[in-house]
This record gives sequence, structure tokens and C-alpha cells, in this order.
Amino acid sequence: MSGVNWWAIAPLLVLSGGAVLLMLLVAARRDTPLSWITTALILAAAALSCLPAREAIPQAVTPLLMADSYALFFTALFAICGLVTVIVSHEYLGERHGENEEFFLLVLLSTLGAVTLAYANHFVALLLGMELMGVSLYALIGYPDKLELPLEAAIKYLVLSAAASITFVFGFALLYAAVGVLDYPGIGAALASADNPVLLASAAMIVAGLGYKLSVVPFHMWTPDVYEGAPAPITGFLAAVSKGAIFAALLRWWMASGLYELPGLLTLVALVAGASMLVGNLLALLQDNIKRVLAYSSIAHMGYLLIVLVACGLVADPHLAKEAAAYYLVAYSLTSLAAFTLLGLLSRASGSKELASLDDLTGLFWRQPGLSLLFTVALLSLAGIPLTAGFVGKFYLFSAGVAGSLWGLLALLVIGSAIGLYYYLRMVYRMTLAGDAQPAAVERPGWPARLTCYGLVLAMLYLGIVPGPLMEILRTIL
Amino acid sequence: MVYLLLILFLGGGLAWLSERWHPQAPRWVALGAVSFALLYLAVAVMRLPAEHFSLLPAATQPDTWLAHTRLEWIPRFGIRFELALDGLSLTLVALTLLLGLIALSSSWSEIDQHSGFFQANLLWSLTGVVGVFMALDLFLFFVFYEVMLVPMYLLIAIWGHEGRAYASMKFFIFTQASGLLMLVSIVVLAYQHAQVSGSYSFSYFDLLGSPLDSSLGFWVMLGFFLAFTVKLPGFPFHTWLPDAHTQAPTAGSVLLAGILLKTGAYGLLRFTIPLFPEASLEFAPIAMALGAAGIIYGAVLAFAQSDFKRLVAYSSVSHMGFVLLGLYAWNSIAVQGAIVQMVAHGLSTAALFMVAGSLQQRMHTRDMSRMGGLWLNAPRMGACALFFTMASLGLPGLGNFVAEFLVLLGLFQVAPRVAVVAALGLVTGAIYSLIMLQRSFQGPGDPERAVPDYGGREMATMLLMIALLIWLGVYPQALLDLTQPTVDSLLSEAGS
Repeated sequence: MSGVNWWAIAPLLVLSGGAVLLMLLVAARRDTPLSWITTALILAAAALSCLPAREAIPQAVTPLLMADSYALFFTALFAICGLVTVIVSHEYLGERHGENEEFFLLVLLSTLGAVTLAYANHFVALLLGMELMGVSLYALIGYPDKLELPLEAAIKYLVLSAAASITFVFGFALLYAAVGVLDYPGIGAALASADNPVLLASAAMIVAGLGYKLSVVPFHMWTPDVYEGAPAPITGFLAAVSKGAIFAALLRWWMASGLYELPGLLTLVALVAGASMLVGNLLALLQDNIKRVLAYSSIAHMGYLLIVLVACGLVADPHLAKEAAAYYLVAYSLTSLAAFTLLGLLSRASGSKELASLDDLTGLFWRQPGLSLLFTVALLSLAGIPLTAGFVGKFYLFSAGVAGSLWGLLALLVIGSAIGLYYYLRMVYRMTLAGDAQPAAVERPGWPARLTCYGLVLAMLYLGIVPGPLMEILRTIL
Repeated sequence: MVYLLLILFLGGGLAWLSERWHPQAPRWVALGAVSFALLYLAVAVMRLPAEHFSLLPAATQPDTWLAHTRLEWIPRFGIRFELALDGLSLTLVALTLLLGLIALSSSWSEIDQHSGFFQANLLWSLTGVVGVFMALDLFLFFVFYEVMLVPMYLLIAIWGHEGRAYASMKFFIFTQASGLLMLVSIVVLAYQHAQVSGSYSFSYFDLLGSPLDSSLGFWVMLGFFLAFTVKLPGFPFHTWLPDAHTQAPTAGSVLLAGILLKTGAYGLLRFTIPLFPEASLEFAPIAMALGAAGIIYGAVLAFAQSDFKRLVAYSSVSHMGFVLLGLYAWNSIAVQGAIVQMVAHGLSTAALFMVAGSLQQRMHTRDMSRMGGLWLNAPRMGACALFFTMASLGLPGLGNFVAEFLVLLGLFQVAPRVAVVAALGLVTGAIYSLIMLQRSFQGPGDPERAVPDYGGREMATMLLMIALLIWLGVYPQALLDLTQPTVDSLLSEAGS
């Protein structure tokens, strides 16, 4: 391998090297602030290393990884999301006694897994990335190990993820038995030439396995419990990075292997998308725990996103669909990270307990105007109100849907958004209610966390008001 | 025009911040911002050469419009920040700013909690509405159309009355869901344009002549029609309106009735019919039937109300039926009638909501069975109520009469039977209006009841609206002249 090769996968190298470094550091000296800063720097370096890596692409690095602008774009996104998670976790871990250094190590490893997924061009890489990300997440979800809820969530996630992986690996095995290759282009070629029912079955199993991780209906059961139990920053990480990475990997496989040519699979995905939009939104109505509401809403959002996969099969030029997916993922990642981070900060600012039920939001707007306003913007972005990134994402989905003439799915998207408004607005309404005037034990969150939140919300508004630049970038690199 | 939006938007932010200096400051800041915007508009209009007002605003020549701004915004989809002003937009923008002032006046002493945020929301919703009336890029239009909902939602949800949670939610969901249908339609239009011409465009000017498959055109038109009819509100989609109007604080009701409803009418006139002339022609009988049904249905329900505000709200449903009829009759007289109705109804209903608001503030009830004989206690308020009730029921010499007369005249040429049914609305209008007046201000009263009469600020506001309504009723020609070129150009675009 020549020198150029190494630049193309620079972010992966930075992250793996960083993980080793951090491990050694922790072994030598247990110091939470030190490992916090080190992790943040490593993640920032990983994001920045995408810039020189641009010179070396596109090229295949071993058959497993494909270094192209698609990979680099998502790498940068996941590294930034990881960075945000690390910055705000410090706040969350602040009051926890015990050893917190591993927390950062796990976030780093999980991000490494996500980045591997962005590069994956072969099923082996896909599996490696998914497991690396997943295994780190089990530990992260259950990190507050003295509490019941996180442990329950971790076990649930572990068991269901394992089930997903088994389905997934079995799908591989079938596929390998049928065509004898595991790299995406090879599969694509085999699919085009052979009309083998085993192929369709195995593709469906793999999509189902990925569907578990994306939490689309009917594979969504774990989502509300895990969201509720996990620490708020990790829930945000799970929503933004884990789901984003799986979707990015799925989209690459979908495009590279030309899966959208299979009408059966397309129908299947359309059904899953429709069911997710409806079930996610309807069940969210019934919840009175904020994290559970957001969990169900994330199911609906994944349903919206799947429209893109269906659209790929029905439009003349799948470019628009790919762009739509990328924009939506960026918007969704930023928004859900912001929402969960703010939820965490708001909880801390209004006493030590976690904000759990909707009632806890009462009057927050007048007690914590700054953070509540940011939270409101995040909710409006999730609801897809104009001037936020969420709206532009939804607009993209509409464009892709219209281009593919997917009237049924578009109708569900409209209905789902209307239902969604109800539970987002309910939270906003609760916050604006006149609450008890007690000026609660206000503990201002530290400046790094606050600054990050302001940054996230500003980014959200920027992407909503001036979406042009990112659209141009996406159009040129995808 | 951009400055107009900026003045209002920044004024809102400033009003919010100014609460820190002094609890009274926000209302003065807001007053300053709206007055400044109005002044700015007046000066800008004065500067235009007089002959400019008689030019037909042609779709293809932006310089025939009174004002026109175009900036690139999202080149990927050919979306531009495009604002333009013609006689119609100018009328509605002026009405918006004027009612903004009136809303401010009506909330002057009503809002004592979080007044900074209140004024900010008031100004932001004005920004949205002004944007709606000026935007000529469909994407931009949609953005304004949706964004104005958020501050309005907050106005109802935070400062509304007892049932505000339900009312504000219903308001938002109705308008947003129908708005999304419109978004789908907008995207379809732009996509079709891209298929034909090779590039996306959301510009009104580009899309106006864009050919559309007729069956597809019908569905796309329906998306627009639904969004605007919900907003208007047209007959089967009106159920959000009584709740929202009743629960909103006075300033909110004034804005809702006075101008938010007009965005629906404006949308139909500016976009739905000209963009889809054929489909609209095909659909006109249904739209007219809905309009006539709305007139009668709204009137009957208004008659059955015991809540003052709810009665006025249902009367809006009835009056907006005339607008729908006037627009779908699609001839010069009827459309002009609809435009005059938009302005006159904006003024008269806003004033009635102010009366209702002052009654609520003074008596802590909107229930008319607990009123009666109020004339004894508050003669000035009674006189104002009498005047605006008369205006609302269509007394000749006042603006609403001119509007309804023109609509009926134009409609009769197209659909005489519908016109006969609609004319019944004038009779029923008289019934519920008089009942309202009788039950609240007339009849036996209690001279001891402490209901303070209107003071100077309230009287000044009322007198302003009275003067405008009389002017509209006696000399509507000025308004008609201002909007005639727009109407002519829209009619010629779409064919009569």
C-alpha cells in the first residue's frame, strides 16, 4: 500500500490510535478532566483529518473499505456528533462518583465503529463496524451501574441487538451461499444476472437486521425502554450517531449493489416505512415520559427517512434521493443531539433529578428562558417547522417523494407530521404554562455544555435559513 | 420591502429584551416598531410616481409592479428570496400594519404577564403575515405562511383563556396539516416545471404559465385549495376558528380575524386560481356551494351562541363565505367585492373583538346572558358596538355593504341561484347581529354595575376604524382603483 492510501483512511487511523492512546493514558493516570480533553481533541482531530483525506480519494482501501467523499462526509458528521456528546457528557458525569474515564473511551470506540460503517464497502466491514459500535453502546447505556433503569435498558439493547446481528449474519450466509461474494459491487453484479429467490430472502434478512438498529416498525420494541433508561447524552448519541451510521451504511449498500432494482424489496421497505410513520407517531401520543415521546418520534423519523430508499428505485436519477437522505441525516442528527443534550441540561438546571414526565416541564420557560428557548427550537425542528434544519430535510423528502411519485408514502408523511405536531407542541405548551414561582435551586450548567447547545441550535437555524451551501456540497460530493 | 420585514422582526426582538429595563417598555417599543413600519411604507409609496399605480402588474415584467426584490436563496432548487408589491399586496400590507397598531392598543392594559414576550410574538406574527402578502416565490411564501403560525400559537397558548390548550393546538394542527398538502402541491409544480424546462423554479412568474397535465393539475389545485380554505375558513373546515378566536387574547383575536384569515383569501386569489385556471373553473361550482353553505351555516350557528366572542367568530365564517363566492365567481366586480370584503371585514370584526375583549376584561365573562343593559353603564362602548354591528350586518354607507353588494352583483351574472342563497346571508346576518347587540347592550340593566366606559386610547382606536369603514362605504373608489390593475392582470392571466 502506498503512502496515499493512509491519508484516505486518516480519520480511522486517528480514532484507533487515539483509542489506544487514551487506554494507555487511563492506565497511567486516572484523571477525568484529562481524559475528557484528550477524547475531545482526538475526535476533533478525526473530524479535521477529513480535510487532507479529500486529496486521496476516491480509492478502495483493501476490498473492505471504500474511501470516497461519501465516507468522509459522514465521518466528519459522526466525529462532530461524538465530540458534542463527549463535551456535554462531562456535565452529566460531573456528579457521578467513581471511575468515569472509560466512558470517554467507549464513546471513542463507538464513534470508530460508526466511522467504519461510513467506509464499509464489504459485509465484513459492515459487521465489524456495527458490532464495535453496538458493544460500546451496551456499556454506555448501562454506565450508571447503580441504577435499575439503565441496566434494564442495556440488557434489553444487548439481547435485541444480538438477535438483530444473528438475523443479519444469517442473511450474509445465505447470500454468500448463493453468489459467493460479499463485497457490494460483486453482490450487485450477481443480483443483476441471477434471479434467485434466495437472494431476495437474504437481502430481506439483512435489511431486517439493520432495521432493528434503525428501530423501524416492526423491529422497534426496544427503542422506548432504551431511550428512557440511557443517560441523556448517550440517548442523543444513540439517536444521532448510531442510527445515522447504520442508515449511511444501508444507503451505500443499497446504491452500490443496486438493491433498488428489486421490486419485492422495494415494496417491503415501503411497508416498513409507512408502518413506522404511523405507529411511531400514534404511540408517541400515548406517552407521558419525554424520552419515550422522543423515542417514538425517532421511530417515525426513521420511517420518513426510508422514503428515500424507496424513491431511489423509482426516480430516473437517484442523486436527489441520496442528497435528501444525507441532508435529512445531518438535520436529524443535529436536532436530536440538541434535544437530548438540552433535556439533560434542563434536568440539571431544575434540580438534580432527571426530567422525566411531561409535568416536569411545567413553567420551565419562565424559569430557564435561555435553555427552554433552545429546546423549543429543537422541538420545532423535529416537527419540521420552516426556518429550521428539520424543515429543509422534510422538504428534501417531499422532493424525492414527488420525483418518485410516491403519493401513498407522501400522504402518510403529511398525516404523520400532523400527528407529530401534537406531541411536540404539547411539550412546548407545558413549558409555557405558568409554573410554581419557586426559583428552583438553579445550577447553571458549565460553559462548554451551554456553548455547545447554542452552537447546535445555531447550526440548526443556519441550515434551515441558509441551506444553500450544504446543498451545494452534497450535490458535488454525492 | 426587506426593511419592512426587518423593522418588524427586530422590533419584536427588541421588545422582548426591553422588558428587562422596564415592564412598560415592550409596548412602547412595539408601538414604535409598528408605527415606524407604517411610516416607512407610507413614505415609500408616496415616492412612487403616480402613473405607476395604473400599470397592469404583468407576470413577465417585474418592473410593472410597485416594488420588486429578488435575491438568490437556494440555488439548488431555484428558490429565490423574491418579494413584490402590487395594489392588492399594498392594501393588505397596510391593513396588516394598521390592525397591528389596533391589536397593540387592545392589549395595552390587558397583558400584564411576560409582556415582553407577548409583544415580541405579536410583532413576529405581523412579520410573517406581511411576508405572506409580499412573497412571490412559492417556497418563500410557504415559509412565511407556516412561520407566522408559531408566534400566533404562542399568543393563544400562553395568554389565552381557559380552553387555550385545546384551541391553540387545534388551530396549529389544522393549518399546518393543510399547509403540508400545499407544500406537496408546490413541490409537484416545481418538479413539473423542472421536467419541462430542465431546472427547478419556485417563482410565481415562472410557474404561472407552466403547462400541467389536467388530471394532475386538479389534484395539485386541491392541495392549494384545501390549505387556503382551512385558513379562510371555508365551510366544512372552519371548526378550528370558533375555538381559536374565543380563546385567544384580544390582540390575538384581532390579528386572527383581521389578517390571518385574509392570508387564505389572498392565497386563493393570488395562487390557486391563476396557477390552475382550468381546474379552478371545473371546481368553481363546488367552491361556490361551499361558500354559500358557509354563509348560511355560519349565520345559523352564530345565532345560537351565547358567548359574545364565539358569536363574532361564527359571523366571520359567514362573512368569509362571501369572499369565497366572490373569488370563484371570477369576474372583475365580484373579485373586487371580495377584496373590499377582506378589508372591511378585517376592520369591523377586529373592532367587535375589541369590544368583546374589553367586556371580558371588565366583567370577566363573555357570556351574554350575564350582560344586558350595558349601554347604561358604558354608553361610549355601546355606541361603538352599535356602529360595528351595523357595519357587520351590511348597513348601506359602510364598507361591508359595498363588499357584499359587489360580490352579489358579480355573482349574479355567473350563478344567479347561488347569489339568491347568498343574499339570504344578509338577512340572517341582521338577525344574529341585532340579537347580539340586544342581549349585551340593550334591555334592562343595572345602573350600579361597575363597568368603566371607554377611555381616550380606546376611543381613538375605535374612531380610527369607524372613519375607515365610513370612507370605504362612501367612497370605495380609491381602494377599487388601487386594486383594479391587479384584478385585471389576474383575470387576464387566468382567462375569465
